[in-house]
Amino acid sequence: MAMKIGVEEFKERVGKGINDSFMRGAVAGAQDSMGTRRLSAAEELGNWEDWRSHGEEIRKHVLENLDYYLEQLSDNVAKRGGHVFFASTAEEANDYIRGVVASKNAKKVVKAKSMVTEEIHLNSCLELAGCEVIETDLGEYILQIDDHDPPSHIVVPALHKNKEQIRDVFTDKLGYQKTSKPEELAGHARETLRQDFLTADIGITGCNFAVAETGSFSLVTNEGNADLVTSLPKTQITVMGMERLVPTFEEMEVLVSLLTRSAVGQKLTSYITVLTGPREELDVDGPEEFHLVIVDNGRSKILGTEFQSVLQCIRCAACINVCPVYRHVGGHSYGSIYSGPIGAVLSPLLGGYEDYKELPYASTLCGACTEVCPVKIPLHELLHKHRQEIVEKEGKAPISEKLAMKAFGLGAASPALYKIGSKLAPAAMNPFTNGDKISNGPGPLKAWTEIREFPAPNKERFRDWFNNREKGGNQS
Amino acid sequence: MTGTIQNRESFLNTIASSLGRDRHPGKIERPVWEFQPQKEVLKGATPDQLVEVLKTQCLRIHTSVVVTDQTGLAETLAETVANYGGGPVVTWKDNRFSEWGLDPLFHNEWPEQDIEYYEWDHTKGRENIRQAEKANIGITISEITLAESGTVVLFSDQDKGRTVSFLPKSLIALVPKSSLVPRMTQAAQKMRQMHLEGKQVASCVNFITGPSNSADIELNLVVGVHGPVKATYIIIDDL
Ligand code: SF4
Repeated sequence: MAMKIGVEEFKERVGKGINDSFMRGAVAGAQDSMGTRRLSAAEELGNWEDWRSHGEEIRKHVLENLDYYLEQLSDNVAKRGGHVFFASTAEEANDYIRGVVASKNAKKVVKAKSMVTEEIHLNSCLELAGCEVIETDLGEYILQIDDHDPPSHIVVPALHKNKEQIRDVFTDKLGYQKTSKPEELAGHARETLRQDFLTADIGITGCNFAVAETGSFSLVTNEGNADLVTSLPKTQITVMGMERLVPTFEEMEVLVSLLTRSAVGQKLTSYITVLTGPREELDVDGPEEFHLVIVDNGRSKILGTEFQSVLQCIRCAACINVCPVYRHVGGHSYGSIYSGPIGAVLSPLLGGYEDYKELPYASTLCGACTEVCPVKIPLHELLHKHRQEIVEKEGKAPISEKLAMKAFGLGAASPALYKIGSKLAPAAMNPFTNGDKISNGPGPLKAWTEIREFPAPNKERFRDWFNNREKGGNQS
Repeated sequence: MTGTIQNRESFLNTIASSLGRDRHPGKIERPVWEFQPQKEVLKGATPDQLVEVLKTQCLRIHTSVVVTDQTGLAETLAETVANYGGGPVVTWKDNRFSEWGLDPLFHNEWPEQDIEYYEWDHTKGRENIRQAEKANIGITISEITLAESGTVVLFSDQDKGRTVSFLPKSLIALVPKSSLVPRMTQAAQKMRQMHLEGKQVASCVNFITGPSNSADIELNLVVGVHGPVKATYIIIDDL
């Protein structure tokens, strides 16, 4: 299936990840800095738990009434002059988009970062059709010019690369002659891409949240690339996973706030852009033609199952940023564009157990992910459910947790690893000891202690621990 | 013109059947939510308090803030433009600039100082984009301003080109003090209200929070990627 990256087997991918020391340092650094920023952004609000509960109630309500809201959304998009295509599969989505590209005789497409277009492998499909496709998010751009290196993190896709490697790629592929300073690298990308924005025939974006009541959708970025993608080309195509919508602007606002705080610890990112239909008749910028492609690609099979709550996901990566296993092995080890805890739950659902049955075992079930998830998806419980289903289907576990962890170079789920997980989680916001329970089931600590008898983590606060801990990714 | 909708019925039927029921027959009322924490943020803050919150937040988002009143506006704006290295300057076409007494600056002073000035003119088509692209500074007006996050909110229309705030190297946003609200919650409520009153929501609403930036290279913050490299908000005391 399309979202798969690489052809290597689980163990080879993991081996590579573990031996990449820059990557491991980068991942650890990212987890620490993003974890800390998220934590302070959340703490600042004071009532973070209410925010999470509100996020959860909104997402649940939408999923339970998804057909209604999608109908309303599509009616309202059409009312404003946009075209809506419902695609059951990746192929249907790609075919439709290829058709639009062909009808415009388009040669150049600029894109803003979008997980769902990665999932359906849209780029290679358009390239096969003879169209140049340019990713404009800086991280995605770096990966693309490096012969399509796959992303390793859903918010910071080129996290596994250091600046020297990036400079080398720029030198090789773009004739770049300056230093490896991030400012200079970014400056070069700005200049190069500016010309692409101005000459592209079509702009393609993903969608953070669509708004059913008005037929609008929002894009959340820091770089401003999505704004140029949606204001300069004459035709715009927006691709959304079918679950990414909310009833009205008021719910959109709440989810945007949860997303920016959880993803990057910002109150809002630099650009939140809310678009409705194509441009008005006398407008100069903005697309003349707007297409919205709504993608199922396996999602409807998750609805109505025990795994439905995974569709609440708003792709903030907070779960990835606290995951001790991700910290150790990096994003590529998951063999899917969706990595970390969300990837370990979602990839087997969208891609099948055949390719991803090891992932649910590549987890300590420490529950750190569940604690930070801004829409309260019980991630570690879903991982546990996967294990049960796999055992039921196959009669046995494909790999024991011990072996999976060993493959991850972790030894059998060590208490030290568990400690890291629980401390990357916002211990300060949701102390283990105050009796707070995740409402969907037993608290993480309980889940853990039922399986293992490990000492309860001490109450050292995340920040103290952060300040004292050694740098780098070693933790055994 | 109404757009097309393709493949909808079977797609939505599949969803309903996964959910174990028939398709929704009627309208679903928006639920009364149990949690509403967003409404508590900066509740009851006065305009002056909101200005202070905005200023503090702007320190974190690499954005300068200047407070002035209508009489001081022209001078403040001239200074800010000079500090950013002068023209070319591009602005929306908006009566408020005249009302705030900026005509002499735009039409006399700047030309005298060889500061190129271009006002958005939809009849000139793509020429507007060429002008915005070569501009050093873009000037826009915030319709709603979010104190908590330091955000200006812009609504596009034929006279208010989207690219004025994206293509130039620097952005100057004029912020009427009366446009300040606690946070995005109030902006969302206003937008929804407009819609419910039958007014069409602008095809592009931009929430802009400081200059563009990226942390994609080793998580180092680089300010100024595709959009503006610098940003200043000029708060106009109109209360
Ligand atoms: S599962 Fe939750 S924490 Fe993870 S990316 Fe999705 S919303 Fe964020």
